[in-house]
Amino acid sequence: MNDILQSFIGLGSSNPMIKMGIDVVIILVKIAIVVAIALLHVAYATYFERKVMARMQVRIGPTEVGPIGLFQPFADGIKLFFKEDIIPANADKPIFYLSPVIFFAAALTSLAVLPFFKGFVIADINVGLLFLFAMSSIGAYGIVMSGWSSDSKFAFLGGLRSASQVISYEIAMGLSLVGVMIMAGSLNLSDIVTAQHRYPTGMFVIPQFLGFFVFIIAALAETNRLPFDLPEAESELVAGYFTEYSGFRFAMFFLGEYTGMLIMSSIVSLCFLGGWTIPRFVTDILPFLSYVPGIIWFLMKVYAVMFFYYWVRSTFPRYRYDQLMSIGWKLLIPLALFNIVITGIAKAFAKGLL
Amino acid sequence: MPSDYLPILMFMMVATAFGMGALILGEIFRIKRSYPEKLMPYESGNPPVGEPRMRFSVKFYIIAMLFVVFDVEAVFLYPWAIVFDKIGFYAFIEMIIFIVILFVGYIYAWKKEAFTWD
Repeated sequence: MNDILQSFIGLGSSNPMIKMGIDVVIILVKIAIVVAIALLHVAYATYFERKVMARMQVRIGPTEVGPIGLFQPFADGIKLFFKEDIIPANADKPIFYLSPVIFFAAALTSLAVLPFFKGFVIADINVGLLFLFAMSSIGAYGIVMSGWSSDSKFAFLGGLRSASQVISYEIAMGLSLVGVMIMAGSLNLSDIVTAQHRYPTGMFVIPQFLGFFVFIIAALAETNRLPFDLPEAESELVAGYFTEYSGFRFAMFFLGEYTGMLIMSSIVSLCFLGGWTIPRFVTDILPFLSYVPGIIWFLMKVYAVMFFYYWVRSTFPRYRYDQLMSIGWKLLIPLALFNIVITGIAKAFAKGLL
Repeated sequence: MPSDYLPILMFMMVATAFGMGALILGEIFRIKRSYPEKLMPYESGNPPVGEPRMRFSVKFYIIAMLFVVFDVEAVFLYPWAIVFDKIGFYAFIEMIIFIVILFVGYIYAWKKEAFTWD
């Protein structure tokens, strides 16, 4: 990829300054491509959700804007862009202005370390998974700041709830992936995918089903999705931390939330479902499948997980806050710790350490 | 390599600029028609009662403290998990002991009802 772009821009100059400039331009082009495609996917994730939920509730969902409602996300976006931006009179203005940007930028920056297919990743750092956790924690700052600055009781309570929910489930999420790290021996997401391809089952979800279970529940809570959407429970808190936000600021919270969902689905797909690869025992039986490009497999896995999100949303009622906390602390954390010990013992046996 | 992190820094700047830019650009096109009632905080149509930043349960504080303990634990586990192949039997047993000690603390917190909300 880099070589092609380099030769396209041409020259292969020996001047280090020009070389660095070319590198920067290449990175910027890559970032622009990834952001544009990711935001398109986010926009259509909302459409997909409305369609799926409508079908599950025996409705047909959006149909009016464009053929079978396909332009609905753009219509929503344009509407929100031109809406009036209302800022409560007593709000803490700088924080109120900044918090949607922080929330959105943190979610978007996570895309930098995701490998979408073999060799395509913007920043191939060796602590990719840790970086994703860091960004999801920074997103919590956006939530707390918006709840605090809004000068509204609903927003304040929503922000508080969300903060303690996100940090509680982050522990379970972090621990559930330690099993994957033990098996892959790396925090780099590309290496994790390659390690899965070498593994006989081809996906870590089979040996790591406990970790997978913990992770997927924690991911629901981490992105404030039903059945754990207590921070924005409309029957209690109106809209939670973004009650006072309107127009495009609201849209940024919305986009950030759906980008977060896309990221969580990507992590599930990369760490448990084999990313852009398919298990070798499948390609042994059906060899033509290995000609399908990796990005197709990756997107299929991501959308399968997204579909699971929507399915859960339209199936389960919301938990109470005490139930939410006891699931996180009393069920998921011990399960994740148990999974680490079991994985460690199994790996030690396999390596002949015990 | 620090240069591996340059794309991340650039990505952060692009994402922030995208957010800020969209908001600033929208400022030109948006309608602005506000009056005092519209700028009041939403409280189901009633005038707001009392202070919005009110006192809240101490449980949130306890959760925050426990988070620090357990998150640091998780961070200690990461490097151990990465070099699991190379460190051998001794480090494996050592980490099991570490997890057991933390589990004792976890049971203590549970018995003290730190996880119970009512």
